Amino acid sequence: MTLVATSEPIAEVPPTRRARPIRDRFLARPSAVIGALVVLLFVVIALAAPLVAPYDPSGTNWSAIRKPMSWAHWFGTDDLGRDVLTRVIWGGRASLMAGVVSVAIALSIGVPLGLIAGFFGGAVDMILMRVTDALLACPFLILAIALSAFLGPNLTNAMIAIGISRMPIFVRLTRGEVLTVKVEEFVEAARAVGNPPLRIMLRHVLPNVLGPIIVQATLAIATSIIAEASLSFLGLGQQPPAASWGSSLNVAKNYISQAPWMALWPGLAICLVVLAFNLLGDGLRDAFDPREV
Amino acid sequence: MTAYLLRRGLVCLPTLLIVTVIVFLLQVLLPGDPALALAGEDRDPAVIAFIRQEYHLDQPLPVQYAYWIGGVVRGDLGQSIKTKTPVTELIAEKLPVTVELSCLAMLFAVAIGIPAGVVSAVRRGSVWDWVANAVGLFGLSIPSFWLGIMLILVVSVDLGWLPASGYVSPFEDPLQNLRSMIMPAFVLGAASAAVMMRHTRGAMLSAMRADYVRTARAKGLVERVVVVRHGLRNALIPVITLGALELGQLLSGAVLTEQVFTIPGFGKLIVDAVFTRDYAVVQGVVLFTATAYLLLNLAADLLYFAVNPRLRAEVG
Amino acid sequence: MDFRQVSRVGLLAVGVVALFGAAADAQTLRIGLQDDPDALDPALSRTFTGRIVFASMCDKLVDIAPDLSFVPQLALSWETAPDGKALTLKLRPDVKFQDGETFDAAAVKYNIERSLTLPGTQRKSEIGSVASVDVVDPLTVRLNLSAPSAPLLAQLSDRAGMMVSPKAAQAAGTNFATHPVCAGPYKFVDRVPQDHITVERFADYWDKARITIPRITYQPIPDTTVRLANLQSGQLDLIERLHPTDLDAVKQDKRFVISTQTGLGYNGITFNIASTEAVNPAFKDPRVRRAFSLAIDREAINQVVYNGVYEVGNQPVPPDSPFYDKALPAPARDVAKAKALLKEAGQPTPMLTMTVTNNNESLQIAQIMQAMVAEAGITLKIVATEFTTMLDQGNRGNFESEMTAWSGRVDPDGNLYSFLSCKGALNDGKYCDPALDKLLDEARVTGDRAKRIELYHQVFELADKDSPIVYFNHQKWINVFTAKLEGYKAYPDGMIRVYDLKLKS
Repeated sequence: MTLVATSEPIAEVPPTRRARPIRDRFLARPSAVIGALVVLLFVVIALAAPLVAPYDPSGTNWSAIRKPMSWAHWFGTDDLGRDVLTRVIWGGRASLMAGVVSVAIALSIGVPLGLIAGFFGGAVDMILMRVTDALLACPFLILAIALSAFLGPNLTNAMIAIGISRMPIFVRLTRGEVLTVKVEEFVEAARAVGNPPLRIMLRHVLPNVLGPIIVQATLAIATSIIAEASLSFLGLGQQPPAASWGSSLNVAKNYISQAPWMALWPGLAICLVVLAFNLLGDGLRDAFDPREV
Repeated sequence: MTAYLLRRGLVCLPTLLIVTVIVFLLQVLLPGDPALALAGEDRDPAVIAFIRQEYHLDQPLPVQYAYWIGGVVRGDLGQSIKTKTPVTELIAEKLPVTVELSCLAMLFAVAIGIPAGVVSAVRRGSVWDWVANAVGLFGLSIPSFWLGIMLILVVSVDLGWLPASGYVSPFEDPLQNLRSMIMPAFVLGAASAAVMMRHTRGAMLSAMRADYVRTARAKGLVERVVVVRHGLRNALIPVITLGALELGQLLSGAVLTEQVFTIPGFGKLIVDAVFTRDYAVVQGVVLFTATAYLLLNLAADLLYFAVNPRLRAEVG
Repeated sequence: MDFRQVSRVGLLAVGVVALFGAAADAQTLRIGLQDDPDALDPALSRTFTGRIVFASMCDKLVDIAPDLSFVPQLALSWETAPDGKALTLKLRPDVKFQDGETFDAAAVKYNIERSLTLPGTQRKSEIGSVASVDVVDPLTVRLNLSAPSAPLLAQLSDRAGMMVSPKAAQAAGTNFATHPVCAGPYKFVDRVPQDHITVERFADYWDKARITIPRITYQPIPDTTVRLANLQSGQLDLIERLHPTDLDAVKQDKRFVISTQTGLGYNGITFNIASTEAVNPAFKDPRVRRAFSLAIDREAINQVVYNGVYEVGNQPVPPDSPFYDKALPAPARDVAKAKALLKEAGQPTPMLTMTVTNNNESLQIAQIMQAMVAEAGITLKIVATEFTTMLDQGNRGNFESEMTAWSGRVDPDGNLYSFLSCKGALNDGKYCDPALDKLLDEARVTGDRAKRIELYHQVFELADKDSPIVYFNHQKWINVFTAKLEGYKAYPDGMIRVYDLKLKS
């Protein structure tokens, strides 16, 4: 028992020792902080959509079809006379949710599989990695298109499709990190005292591989938001009357010369939020891994 | 080393086999009856039955897989249900288009990404660094299809400078071909340029800190020589590898770009095929792309070996 | 807009200035199609755009005039036997196929038999009434029918009447589509799927004086915006199916000419009445369906979605069709009456699911309807589905209601029989009314036009009362072309006919 007790602090040491510098290094980068703030702003706006949106998101108005930007409608109106600003705010909900949920799906399948592959090695690793390689070899967007066509075109299915298509990256990343961590002393020690594999995996290995996974996840949210927009652009994501930036762009492309504002704002919103996630991810990467700086 | 490479190559085979299964499963996954989709507006039952029979759609799945994989082994990927063209022929026809687009995009990415990366690393903290980083981040953050639409609006519709679409074969009219490819290549290459720039910057930063650079500086070499001969040359190793992988990514990124600019390449072929349930085409193209991707990965490994003597020594 | 300027500067910076400047070629007419045609074999073809390409390659036995009357093409005249069970055609002499073979009665016999027997033929259901073909003399052919068929001549004015060279067809078998040989004004040169189809003038065409443009290329460009952009930037000379909302922009541009023509088809909502468990019990009641019809504002939909360009309607045929029933005009929106009908049916607030293809136009219409019927008390739930999946669900009756579109046929039978008769192949909702069936069958074998019109008016009245399909508008073919193109004439079938076209340089 005493041995187990000594192994615990060893396992705990690296994270606690790193914790403060990570935060400090993150806060020391203005771009990272700006990224975090913009993300936060978008999240708050999305959550408070019913309160901040000036109009009803599905409130149609036949006498205000495709009206340009004005004081009444800052971002103009769309093909059904709905307020574009309102649609962008509500669309943010869908787009952010798509980014976060699809990455959560990818994480919840990919990380355990990666842990298993890296930790156990052998035939399990072999099979999992070949399947991962095979999935990675299939073009991401094609896989996502086929999956969402299969599941049926709506937001939930688009998120599942993106999540599954993104999953292999996390399997590979987690496995790679596990391989480097599992030979370290504290893991060896935990193993030596007879801890069950599951316990070692969750208590000793996982916390030490989280850094790169968090970084990758943040960047994956950015690409997943674009992926959702791409699927919606092809008519496979969010379906009306509900709004998402991608589906707004899909509609807007038909009116590009008469009502460019319909395409401008949702597109800019995507750029901005993806940019913010990229800044955040970059900042986190530098904070977790000072060698890169 | 030969042994390593051989082993590395052999690993591709089971992966490929799994790819064929995944690719085939796409057919099971996709809902809707291709025969119905293809029978046209009139949905004549006799026609539907005929299509099912002709493409073995009435057979159990393992049998269908056997038909398909048997053909694949013989180099026959089947026939498009829609146009009745052999899939291999379609690939041979569309591949050069997408390869041209991807290569132009890559050229663009390299021409912009690497110099920008070098400058921003060497002039770290300067305005140039800031601008390069900002532009790079935007390149990563702009959805390609949106950029494409906006470019068509401005450059083609408003200014009338470049055609909005309409691919012309380079053998027919090289100049016109280039004109029709500029915007798509730019749109497709934008994200890759950003990736190249960021990686070049990172690699340059670490290379410039290495001992040999310090030694070179100590010897009193001109800074430009230090940067190019000692810094860049070493920094390029990971960047080249990345380039090969990016090329694989471009093949898949071409999907949306080709859709927006209606370029008759791989991406358009496959999206149309998914929507019309032209299974043979979907399967053939995905299989081909996956194989190409695996080979590019292999090539990246080889390149990495070729340009990195230390690694060569290590593996023996 | 700042954004545009930024892009402009950015692109200039790329340094592509040297490559600017457009090339044009007065020798070629470049046509932008909405989608890529399928197999270029008249017997196998299924797509609308395929027919557009055939319009330059393959002459038909008869053609239609803009007023839907029949005019001679490869057949000079035709005559129906008194009992209606035979159609005798006199053929045009001195007609050559594009491979130099002579067109004659034997060739017609071969073609009709090919349409009936070729594996995978799409034409069998169209000319299935033909039992046998007799070659009377080299320029006379007789089609013997199993039963009188009023729509037969209309079928011969489309793909079933396109004559291919028997020699070329025999040699190519089912691969004929890769190199079609017909008797039309232009012959096939080459095709790159999803990219282009090129045809060139056939020197020995029987009516070659009317053909002046040496070459035509057809390019599939599915995105309407991109198609228009190509026309505007001079990459195309003619585009089909402009989106109505783009009309205003094009109207102001003197470089282009717009041609609008009401089509033959319709857009409607099909209700599932008896197909499977998916049936919505509330909407089995015709009063509820009529309430739906009264709750929608057809004119408003037309204004919002189509800039007011489409033709509002409530019948399976468009208002300018000779078969249209003027005594039964499209109803104005009447929410109070809709509410009263719902109340009378004991369903004051029914819920309805509507399956819609996931394209922008259908979704836009669905959302407008959703808002409109809500005011009458109907809660509409929109389910967006991919086209292929929707076909499958429709075929299996797995829907409560679906938004459907029909491209339309020259003969009204083609807009009615399959959809409304009890055993109709396209009757997704399984609507069945024996009285209506009897009228449809009778109209099918009635040769006399006035009598047929009378019968169809009865059909429309019954269909309106029961409303198994709520028709709401009729498509218009909006084609736009460069002002350099002269002699273009619009037809209700939406085809681009090439006779008398001239391209000024």
